Amino acid sequence: MNPLTAYLLVAALLFAIGLAGALTRRNAILVLIGIELMLNAANLNLIAFWRYGPHPEALTGMMFAIFSIAVAAAEAAVGLGLVISIHRHAKTTDLDAMNRMKG
Amino acid sequence: MSFVFFLIAALTLVGGLAAILLKNTVHCALALTVAFAGLAVMFLELDAQFAGFAQILVYIGAVAILVVFAILLTRNAETPKDGIYSRNWFAGLVIAAGVFAVLGWAVVHSTRVLPHETATPTVMVLDIGNALIGRYVLPLEIVALLLTAALIGAVIVAMHEKEAAK
Repeated sequence: MNPLTAYLLVAALLFAIGLAGALTRRNAILVLIGIELMLNAANLNLIAFWRYGPHPEALTGMMFAIFSIAVAAAEAAVGLGLVISIHRHAKTTDLDAMNRMKG
Repeated sequence: MSFVFFLIAALTLVGGLAAILLKNTVHCALALTVAFAGLAVMFLELDAQFAGFAQILVYIGAVAILVVFAILLTRNAETPKDGIYSRNWFAGLVIAAGVFAVLGWAVVHSTRVLPHETATPTVMVLDIGNALIGRYVLPLEIVALLLTAALIGAVIVAMHEKEAAK
């Protein structure tokens, strides 16, 4: 079997796990954890294509992955700040209980 | 595929599954750390040393700690009374299974045309640094601006509202 296929399948499975977590959990922090897993699965795809694709010395996939890691860190900081702010405001992190757009 | 690959893949996937299935939120954060570590080892296995160590530094060192901080600050380590899954969990599960079916089908059916270079790439950290300062300098500056904006934004969003109301 082509090793790239195995890595892509692992990344697809990890993406599906993260998507399931983001769509089924009630807790806003667990939804963010699911989104992080999805971002990591995409990173795994980028690195695997960089390793097994032609011209690895051009570093394209590697650079994509490094910038993606940096953007994911920014996303996590802002997302968790929002969760803390909402918890202070509504005294809950249950997404099913957040059904008003008015503050 | 080698035995090591299956071991790392199993560790990563079990960590990811535990991160979204466990009841206690702190346990979820610890399982997430295991999944991140598995991915970092997988990057090292793919000869991407820099990305692997960046993964360890950023995800295990910063994101996992941030998640634990958020869990403790919002005091919801204990299990809620009315279950951990949202009302429409079944639809979410069906969507995730559908996405995996499509992705898996696409990967398995394109195996023949996928690239398969066997030569190990020899990339030094020096090359990555040169690329970051040379060809990718504009994205680097944009990421720097984005990180600054995100940090200031996160602090402002999570700041006490009482001072703003005055």
